[in-house]
Formats: sequence, structure tokens, C-alpha cells
Amino acid sequence: MQERLLEIQGLHLNYKVYEGYLKVLNGVEFNIDKGEKVGLIGESGCGKTTTMRSIMRTLPSNAVITAGKILFKGKDILTASMDEVQSLRRNNISMIFQDPTAALNPVFKIEEIFSDIIRFSVRTSSKKLTKDEIKLKAVEALKAAALPDPERILQNYPIQLSGGMRQRVCIAMALISSNDLLIADEPGTNLDVTIEDQILRLLGNLVNERGTSIILISHALGAVKGLVDRVYVMYAGNMVEVAKTDDLFSDPLHPYTSNLFKTVPKLTGGGIPEAIKGRIPDYFDPPKGCRFCPRCDHAMPICEKETPTFKDMGDKHEVACFLYS
Amino acid sequence: MSEEILRVKDLIKFFKTTQGVVRAVDRVSFSIQKGETFGLVGESGSGKSTTAFTIMGVYPPTGGEIFFKGVKLTGGVKSRPLSLKKDMQMVFQDPGSSLNPRHSIGQIIELPLKVHKLYENNRKERVEEILKMVGLPLDFTRRYPRQLGGGEKQLVAISRAIASEPSFIALDEPTSALDVSMQAKIINTLLRIQKELDLSYLFITHNLSLMRNVATRVGIMYLGKLLEVAPTSEFFIKPLHPYTKMLISSIPVITKEEEKLKPERIISRGEIPSPVNVPPGCAFHPRCVECQEMCSKTEPEMIEVEENHYVRCNLYIDQSK
Repeated sequence: MQERLLEIQGLHLNYKVYEGYLKVLNGVEFNIDKGEKVGLIGESGCGKTTTMRSIMRTLPSNAVITAGKILFKGKDILTASMDEVQSLRRNNISMIFQDPTAALNPVFKIEEIFSDIIRFSVRTSSKKLTKDEIKLKAVEALKAAALPDPERILQNYPIQLSGGMRQRVCIAMALISSNDLLIADEPGTNLDVTIEDQILRLLGNLVNERGTSIILISHALGAVKGLVDRVYVMYAGNMVEVAKTDDLFSDPLHPYTSNLFKTVPKLTGGGIPEAIKGRIPDYFDPPKGCRFCPRCDHAMPICEKETPTFKDMGDKHEVACFLYS
Repeated sequence: MSEEILRVKDLIKFFKTTQGVVRAVDRVSFSIQKGETFGLVGESGSGKSTTAFTIMGVYPPTGGEIFFKGVKLTGGVKSRPLSLKKDMQMVFQDPGSSLNPRHSIGQIIELPLKVHKLYENNRKERVEEILKMVGLPLDFTRRYPRQLGGGEKQLVAISRAIASEPSFIALDEPTSALDVSMQAKIINTLLRIQKELDLSYLFITHNLSLMRNVATRVGIMYLGKLLEVAPTSEFFIKPLHPYTKMLISSIPVITKEEEKLKPERIISRGEIPSPVNVPPGCAFHPRCVECQEMCSKTEPEMIEVEENHYVRCNLYIDQSK
């Protein structure tokens, strides 16, 4: 049995805005084992990033968590003190963001950005690093991220690097502290296909070498397919399906998942089928039962009243839908 | 032979910057037939959008010729006659910033009708007709852009483009900011109105899977140059240029049938060079797996290898028809 690294149990989260509460997360269930690679897919605005930010405890101040637990190695992150959270960020969890340009401070050289992170990552331990040791660590990290000529890059400002290089710098930053968990929030979305391919392959290799667990968030379904063991599908603040990657793509069970796969343009041609009708629900007043119910072709009376829970369909394939209960 | 609507010949657009001259579009030639969708694919910074902007007259070209319906176009948009602007329209990538936030949807769609003095007695009815055509509800006329979702905004931008009854529309990544389910809706709407109104499209995207389903012919751009032009189906069966092969093998796909279509895995390597310092010889040679000695010296010319299949690569120099 694999060791459970992170587990999210029934996470409910609201955003407080002027008009009231946006009920975004509606009982998110999620888990990841040690050394496992997990994908998370869903439309924009379905709460992928919000879920990840609640793991990092970097939510905006208007976010209110109303229920649920996030257990990291058995300890609840949500009730941990700020010191413990800092220690988590220092040693255990790190995150790569979607837009590498926004993630790097434009007024500092890469070297300054790196030395800050390296110093922060060893702050609690008693030893102090010399300037040379910091630089050596930075060069090593950049090399691990397959960047050519690390010494020169350290002297550059972010603006002097190309998009692919910037994202690699971000990956190198995330690699500095020896991690248990790496959260990659759409790491290739802003890059071109050939470069995205390079970045994803690099991430895959690094994770395999170091035995790190990774959560890969994306709305590019194909990108997820090549890299991860298991995939979660998220819709409007709920996890609707989870399965091993091959099972999910060959045999999607939830009506949302199968519709989503249909709308992806295929290389084989033959046109694009009609989109899923309707739009993502209004978070002010989301549907009471299953949140996909108003857009679903198979909706039943029960769907309007109750929220479905995960049901195991065998071989780790779980689906939250009344069609299968 | 169908009627040719747009011909671009050796189009050049350079930008002078303090770091040097950016060769954004470098001797690009292609033509678009009536009712056709010509796809332009390439990575960001390859000059796809600049090509479209130059054709539309946003930038005056540095060199080369543009013919629209047989008439030569010169200069920027200011020097073009109104009738020409009516006939060529554009849809931009980000509908959030291309719609005036202080105008209602009705006003936005009505504006081209006012400018071109169309339907002067029944503009309101015409606006409603256009909304019906793209499948938007009629009460949108009184709404504002911020009240709509991204996909609906893009449909409004499309409505505005077809309002002046053009025969040619340049679509600059119309769906890249949207989700797949919304993308399907937009694309289907575009294809439907293309048939209904007999439009020709210049379709710009970086998504090859999407291109496969939309375009009749495809051109691949890299660092301001067209590397390969071919009919879409041919393109995926028999890609010639090493860059095209790399591009197609990098596409993430989700089904086994698609996997079979992809050429043998070519590991993508290297970075895209800056368009200020374009490598000498063939621009792609530092990243090319089939690079030969001559590639760093001689710049290949565009040659027709098979009927309607053009490629710019030294490997095919002997196979010219």
C-alpha cells in the first residue's frame, strides 16, 4: 500500500464579494500518494486553482473556508499555524504558476531571485550559506531544469529570457527545496506546442528522478494524458470523476467528462461536435443538487435535489453521478 | 478554377527597434480562394498576427504586394477607401479588449452599419437579424460586454465583423482564450456563417488539431517565413518540412486513432531564436534534426514539390517540379 501524501476531504469554500457569497468549492475530494503523478482537468472557473491555492494557504483574503480538511501527511494544513505553513512551503510543497512572466519579479536579476529563495529555504536550519554556496546551488538547479549556460542566465533579467526559458527558471525555483509535492498550475498553457512538449517532458523526468509527487493542472487534455497516472475531472467546484489515465480517456463515465472529450478538436478531422449546452453555473445561486444537472442530457428528478458522492466503479475508477448508483 | 480573393506576394514587414530590426514578416506569399479557409499556423512570435495586421492595413507593409480581388492595396488603413474596409473585416484574439466596454452590444453591432451607411431605415432590425444569425439571444442588444462570458463576447465580435457584409474576414486566434466546449460552439458558428454568407477566412491559430478541422489549406510560419503550404489533409498525411514534423509530433492528443496519424516521435529541442537575430541560412537549422552543412549557409527557396504542396527546405531542392 502506498503512503498517502495529501488528502482533501469535503472542502467547501466561499468567496465573499459585495453582492454576497460565491459558493465556489462544493465538497472537493482529492488524494495523492507519495511519488504519484495526478492530473486535474476542468474548464476555467471550475475551481482548479482555488483548490490548489488552499493547499498552499495562499488564498485571497476574501476567501472563506466553511468546511473540510486538507491533510498533508496526516496533519491538517488549514488549522496549522503560520510557522508550520511556512515550513511546509519551505520544505515540502512548491508550486509552478501558469504565467512565468508574472511569477518572476521583473526588477531583479535571476541570481537575486534565486538567492532569496535559497536563503529562505534554509532559514530555519542553523547553518548559514556563503555567497558561493548559494550560487552553486542556483547553478545546479538551473542545470537540472535543462537550461544551457546557467552562469549567464543568472546575470539576466527575466525580460531577457524567452517564455520557455522563463518557465524553466520557474521550475528550477520550485526544485530548490527538496520537495514532496510539486503543484504545476497549467505550466505549458502560455507556451507554444513544441516548447510545451519540452517543458512537460522535463517535468516528467524530474519527477521520476526525484520521486516527487506532482499535481498537474491543465485544460489541455492531451497534455495531461502523456504525463500522469491518474486524472481528476472537476466541474463547478466538484470532483466529478477520477480514474487511471488510460481508463478515463478510453471509458469516461460521467456525462460531463464524455461531453468534454467530444468537443476537443481531433487530428483525425471530421468536424467538431456541438458544444455542451448552457454554461457554467452562477456561483451565487448554484443548482441545489448535482451542479451539472441543468446541462446534462441524462438528468433525472433526483439530480435536482441531492449532490451525488463518489462511487467506486472498480479499479480506482470513481464517479459522482446518480446514473451509476 | 475558383475565383481568387486575396493574393499576397513577397510581403515584408520589418520593425525598427533599438535592439535592431525585427524581421516580423519576411517575404511571405500565399493566396486565398473564394469560400476557402486558409490557415496560418506557427508559434508565438512567428509573425502570424503581423501578417494579418499588415493585410488589413493596421501596419503599412515594408515591401511586397497585396492584391484583394485583383486590386493592388497600398499603404495603411487610413489611405484605403471605405468600400474596401467594408469588404475586409477582422476578429481579434481577446474579445475582452476589442469590445468597447461603454457601448451596449446593440451599439457595438450597429456601429459598422452607421459607418458604411447600410440599412439606414431599419438598423435595429438588422442588428437583431445578425444576432439571430450567430445564435445569440435578442435581449443582448441592451447588455454590456462585461455582463457576458468570454465565448459570448467573441460571438459579439464576430457579429460586428459580419455586420458590414464583408467577403473576407481575418480571424486572429478567435478561440485561443476560450475553453474547449466554448471553442466548439464558436468554430461551428463560424463555419455555418461562412457557408451562409459565402465568406473567405484567413484563420490564425497555434492549435494544429483545430486547424485540421477548420482549414482547407494550411501555411506553417516560423520566424517570419512561410516554411510549408499544403492542403490540410495532405499536410497531415505527408508533412515534408522537418519543422512541420516536429510540430505535428508535439501535438498532445487524446485518442488512439489520432496517435496513429502522428509521424514518428521527433523530440522537440532548442528555443525559438529572437526575430532580431534570425540565424543565417535556413532560420530553423539550429533546431532541425535533419540539418545539413549547407543549411547554415544557404537559405532555401519556396519550391513546389507536389501539386499545391510547397516547401522551403534544402532537403527537397532536387525534387522541384
